[in-house]
Amino acid sequence: MFPFRIPIKDWISAAVDYLVSELGPLFDGFSAFIFFLVNSFKDGMLFLHPLILIALIAFTTWRMAGWQIGLFSVLGLLITENIGLWVSFVETLSLVLTAEILVMIVGLPLGIYAARNDRFNSLIRPLLDFMQTMPAFVYLIPAVMFFGLGLVPGVVATFVFALPPLIRLTNLGIRQVPGELTEAADAFGATNMQKLFKVQIPVAKPTIMAGVNQSIMLGLSMVVIAAMIGAGGLGTNVLRGIQRLQVGEGFEAGLVVVIMAIILDRITAGLGKQKKAG
Amino acid sequence: MKEKIVVKSLSKIFGRNPQKAIEALREGKSKAQILKEHRQVVGVDNVSFTVYEKEIFVLMGLSGSGKSTLERLLNRLHEPTSGQIIIDGTDITKLGQKELREFRRSHFCGMVFQNFAILPHRTVLENVEFGLELQGVEKEKRRKEARKVIKQVGLEGNEESYPSELSGGMQQRVGLARGLAVDASILLMDEAFSALDPLIRRQMQDELLELQDKMKKTIVFVTHDLDEAFRLGDRIAIMKDGRIEQTGTAEEIISNPASDYVRAFVEDMNRAAVLTAGNIMEAPKERAFFGDGPRTIFRKIRRNNLTGIFVTDTKRELKGYIRVSELVEHINRHKDKESIPMEKGLFHEPGRVHKDMPLNEVINAYNENQYGPLAVVDDKDRLEGVIVRGAIISALAGEDDSGKEAPARLKEESKK
Ligand SMILES: Nc1ncnc2c1ncn2[C@@H]1O[C@H](COP(=O)(O)OP(=O)(O)OP(=O)(O)O)[C@@H](O)[C@H]1O
Ligand SMILES: [Mg+2]
Repeated sequence: MFPFRIPIKDWISAAVDYLVSELGPLFDGFSAFIFFLVNSFKDGMLFLHPLILIALIAFTTWRMAGWQIGLFSVLGLLITENIGLWVSFVETLSLVLTAEILVMIVGLPLGIYAARNDRFNSLIRPLLDFMQTMPAFVYLIPAVMFFGLGLVPGVVATFVFALPPLIRLTNLGIRQVPGELTEAADAFGATNMQKLFKVQIPVAKPTIMAGVNQSIMLGLSMVVIAAMIGAGGLGTNVLRGIQRLQVGEGFEAGLVVVIMAIILDRITAGLGKQKKAG
Repeated sequence: MKEKIVVKSLSKIFGRNPQKAIEALREGKSKAQILKEHRQVVGVDNVSFTVYEKEIFVLMGLSGSGKSTLERLLNRLHEPTSGQIIIDGTDITKLGQKELREFRRSHFCGMVFQNFAILPHRTVLENVEFGLELQGVEKEKRRKEARKVIKQVGLEGNEESYPSELSGGMQQRVGLARGLAVDASILLMDEAFSALDPLIRRQMQDELLELQDKMKKTIVFVTHDLDEAFRLGDRIAIMKDGRIEQTGTAEEIISNPASDYVRAFVEDMNRAAVLTAGNIMEAPKERAFFGDGPRTIFRKIRRNNLTGIFVTDTKRELKGYIRVSELVEHINRHKDKESIPMEKGLFHEPGRVHKDMPLNEVINAYNENQYGPLAVVDDKDRLEGVIVRGAIISALAGEDDSGKEAPARLKEESKK
């Protein structure tokens, strides 16, 4: 229909090439940092005997969410170990935790800033909508472009996918803090920082924790997709099951992902509710 | 009386173009016109008033009249559009952000709000020490201070409770304690008791007055309830459409309303809730002493043409009431004796009311009373005056002859 073709792909490639060549050291540093985080988690957890780690996790869930879920953790994790998916489990957990740490480092300040600055908020809202409606696979492209294949782009794609809910809910939580509470702080002569840390964040904490919870769940949903670019962990087991039509193996790995999801969900949900019950 | 807060020609316009609205106000346009023509909301319109040290100054008016806006201008939670606010000699409209913060810390006991505005994630103790914490007071010291104030407001034993475990009245005590814990002189209260049910509300008003007796803060209290305004306010400013219609004591406003608006407002108000027993009582014409014999007492009654007499001891403490008819019978029974003894049966428990009791309650007490007039007593149960039926009726009818019978009230006023 047209005598020419708009060279979008050339533009993008050129831009990425430019960025990679100019900011190369930065990307390298970032990669090293992520590697370090993931490996620290992984080595730390694998250093412990599985039974000890299981006990630790079960204790945490018991304290956060009651004995039923504590018992569930023990059984679920024993099964994981029994069917030989322990290392994959630890790998995936490390990846998700690392991505979540990045999400919090980036998402909390952005969410707080969005709550305090209407212009910034109206700027990033369409961006967040865009990010959330994009199919998850699309995030693999820039991740691979900048970081190649492997663990790091897996973390990056997970991070980007899991970021929006935390920004959104942090913003929402702080905006929902009753005006009288901040007025009260102001009336006592609070500084902006005092107001933020002594009133707004603590009062918004349940909503913020709901954001953390949501982003972890989204991060877990990226596990299989991230495995497609070589992120490893349970996703790889699922993929292998699909590729080799070994339904059983794929199902087992999927089951372990679900167990992990339930445990992480209850822990973060518990964090949000904590204390108020007094 | 020392001037504490002096407000001069203060205005607050909400909107993008406040100067336009100010000009329009000067041209005499109304709040409604300015909203329609300029899309600016007039919050406060050119008000001037003075709050004196250690008084309770009440801002009173209907919803939307600008009370909360005016209150928030006093500590610059709202930025004034024009005018001056001079507190202890400092014009706070001229302060920079940092100086303003310092000024709030040193002069204001925070603010007490309708919905309490205490922090849900903190215990009572942690809430009360909040103001001190912001000032950087060290933990030991602020805890001690907080515990002291918690005791004063009657929350002892609840230090470790969370707000969600407390009733509304208790939550507001926390709000009040949080303000009082700070060593500053001005307390701002915005509809502080409006969310409480009537009984608790009444109780909190009394407690506030009691605390104020001890703490002697300068309080600016916002309310839309005239009863509350008159109960609490040493002076009251009545607001309408962002302006102050009248400032004065309850008596001044009732007896001399400055505009038709104020008059209409005050007429709605039940006079019975404003006047107290002390306002309408008269001094007792005569009283009997505990040691007096029947004949002496009889002479005292006759001389003053009474139907009975109150008996007190030498410290004026009220001991009973004697009816003339029973006394005469008693004397007749012992006519032949040289000295007639008094008899226990002659002393009746008199109807007694405290001199601060509002008139509407006095009426109830009067109706329940079986023996003659009501005795008006002070805190120590000393006889101050008596209330006869006529006094109540004329007070209800609004005849303002209360001047001569208001010794207690006037004495108190002149002490200030
Ligand atoms: N932040 C604001 N932005 C715009 N208009 C405001 C703002 N705050 C108050 N107003 C307006 O200013 C006027 C006075 O409001 P204010 O809250 O002071 O009234 P109030 O006397 O306290 O009433 P209420 O008894 O309902 O609390 C109202 O017309 C209100 O709509
Ligand atoms: Mg108000």
